Amino acid sequence: MNTIMLDNRRNKIHPHKFTLWVGIGSILMMFAGLTSAYIVKRNMANWESFPLPSAFWYSTAVIAASSATLWLALKSFRLREMGKYRTMMLMTMILGIVFIGLQVWGFMELIQAKLALGVKGSVDFLYVIVGLHGAHVVGGIIVLIVMSLKAFNTKVRNYNGVPVELISTYWHFVGILWIYLLIFLVMIR
Amino acid sequence: MSSVALTHDAVSHGHEDAHHEHHHHETFISKYVFSMDHKMIAKQFLVTGIIWAIIGGFFSVIFRLQLGYPESTFPWLEDILGHWAKGGKLHPEFYYALVTMHGTVLVFFVLTAGLSGTFANFLIPLQIGARDMASPLLNCLSYWFFFLASVVMISSLFVQTGPASGGWTVYPPLSALGDASLGSKIGMDLWLVGMALFIVSQLLAGLNYITTILNMRTKGMSMTRLPLTVWALFFTAVLGVLSFPVLLSGAVLLLFDRNLGTSFFLSDIIVAGKILPNEGGSAILFQHLFWFLGHPEVYIILLPAMGMASEILSVNSRKPIFGYMAMVGSMFAILILAFLVWAHHMFVTGLNPFLGSVFVLLTLLIAVPSAIKVFNWLTTLWRGNIRFTPAMLFAIGFVSLFISGGLTGIFLGNSSLDIHLHDTYFVIAHFHIVMGVASFFGMFAGVYHWYPKMFGTYLNTTLAYIHFWATIVGAYLIFWPMHYEGLAGMPRRYYDYSNWESFKMFGGLNEFISLVAMIVFAVQLLFVFNFFYSMFKGRKVTTKNPWDANTLEWTTPIHPGHGNWPGEIPEVHRWAYDYAKDGRDFIPQDVPVSDDESKHH
Repeated sequence: MNTIMLDNRRNKIHPHKFTLWVGIGSILMMFAGLTSAYIVKRNMANWESFPLPSAFWYSTAVIAASSATLWLALKSFRLREMGKYRTMMLMTMILGIVFIGLQVWGFMELIQAKLALGVKGSVDFLYVIVGLHGAHVVGGIIVLIVMSLKAFNTKVRNYNGVPVELISTYWHFVGILWIYLLIFLVMIR
Repeated sequence: MSSVALTHDAVSHGHEDAHHEHHHHETFISKYVFSMDHKMIAKQFLVTGIIWAIIGGFFSVIFRLQLGYPESTFPWLEDILGHWAKGGKLHPEFYYALVTMHGTVLVFFVLTAGLSGTFANFLIPLQIGARDMASPLLNCLSYWFFFLASVVMISSLFVQTGPASGGWTVYPPLSALGDASLGSKIGMDLWLVGMALFIVSQLLAGLNYITTILNMRTKGMSMTRLPLTVWALFFTAVLGVLSFPVLLSGAVLLLFDRNLGTSFFLSDIIVAGKILPNEGGSAILFQHLFWFLGHPEVYIILLPAMGMASEILSVNSRKPIFGYMAMVGSMFAILILAFLVWAHHMFVTGLNPFLGSVFVLLTLLIAVPSAIKVFNWLTTLWRGNIRFTPAMLFAIGFVSLFISGGLTGIFLGNSSLDIHLHDTYFVIAHFHIVMGVASFFGMFAGVYHWYPKMFGTYLNTTLAYIHFWATIVGAYLIFWPMHYEGLAGMPRRYYDYSNWESFKMFGGLNEFISLVAMIVFAVQLLFVFNFFYSMFKGRKVTTKNPWDANTLEWTTPIHPGHGNWPGEIPEVHRWAYDYAKDGRDFIPQDVPVSDDESKHH
């Protein structure tokens, strides 16, 4: 169905990979918009500092671990160790879901600290920035679920490495983006 | 977000050049509805854009009726607008809704999606020598997100409280508070959701255009051999991909403010005698986020028109484009400057005057690349063997409008002058001429020029000439007088000027403008008729290359299938502008350089 016609292309980056990189640039611009709005508000007189939920520290460890498992999955795919590939894909997917769970838990910590949405302007930013980042992680998880399902379908042999490489790039990106956002939020509160 | 859809399986056909000749049978659905052929998707964008243009244009006719004839009533208005025009008199709230929707529809749905959506899709693969876009699936999704956005935006016209009415820039607090006006209620939510879908559509499209241009060019098609249309569409896509996400973040924050009780843009406001609980927000923050997109957006609209005008001027002057690299360089300069001038829309927001002066400087710098482009267009025409085809007339009209409208930009770019001119009819005149009508002319030029490639028939030339002359004369008659109104201080967005002693003298002028606007609108319907009639009954194209042009799209069959070239993709040996070289009228890009050919043009 979705045939790309690659005639006359020599040693160029795969178009889907390139598209992903441009897409990453685009996602970065969205967060650049949000974080600059945050900085502008931060410099206004009535800014109130706030505590970061402890769950965010755990989730950082989880998403770092998931990046490692996905790296192993890609490595095993290239070595055609399909058993290990399946396990690692599944692990990554589960860790991704745990990450989202921890982010939600972090929001609940905030709500318990009487910092629900709409109480404090500074915390509202936290909800939007962390929430939108989470939405991008959820997108990655959906892809991971689809790919894990495909990986466990042993009837079809899969030699196309491009999808695995694509999700790896994307997943590492959302991981690094999260670490950046966390550092940003720690530094500028 | 967008990246989710990227990971579908890619089936690479590394060597199958002729495989599309035995392409599987296509159903109506896969050929016309969920098509993955870039040419069909381009037509979908074009037809949707035309429908939107009729709707958006009709809005302006209705509010021009109010402005031209503030004392009169039109009973037929009640028949179409119901309680929005009780007794044939337009309701003030609905007047604002019409102005808002006119802007939204024309800026985004017609001149962004309808213009670059159509021609980027159609021309990029054909002119760079690719069989389709990098990802036909993303391309198909991009159209259908646009379609969804259209459905949401249209539906906002039919809700009880009416569509968004706070202006196309949707500044808070008017847009953030449901109680602020009728149009701030559900209509505003629909506007935001529609725009979010629209942004997703534009991002998917932009990713695809950039990748296709950088990755899928045929053999020999180096970047410096690209036709200027492709360069322009490339810069347009880069602008969109970098600026639309910022608008999206603004829209998300606005949605939170509206529905979830946050105070990003709201603080200490009294509405209907009640003090709102919001505190700490900044309405100006939204303007920064909005104009960071908003200014690049005007180049998203204008650049495709510039690119197509360059190509059409060269083909129909039978001369190479003057200063090819200067054209590319000036478009690049515009791309960079587009991101550095947004605050010139905000000179009167209490912006620090020193900061303002920086933005004045950067804004006036745009005059440099713009002037280079104008100079190059005029020198391309200079002593050319000009063929006045309808496309050529519209391209020349584009240059004319770009000059007239661009000059008033120098007035408005000065922060001190802008204090007087801000939000007056002078601004309306400026941006309608330089961005609105000029880009429309680029679009018309493109449609007249590439129609034979799109549908295999010609548009009727007589109707085309009527269309051109009525439109260019009409456009100047409508917008030129507005400069005088603006200089006299007449503010935009007012419902009725006849109550002001200072603007009473413009009553006759306003009536005149409204009259011309109606005539011009009627003439556009003539074009729409021509467009759809010629599709079926137009004169058939009998030759592959009806305009004797050099670019690759004219090497495809008259009715190209999915995959564009039946055999191998032609190899490119030269740039796109070898006209009148060595005594030959034109040398297409796929013709090898012969030994006795002179090296330079």
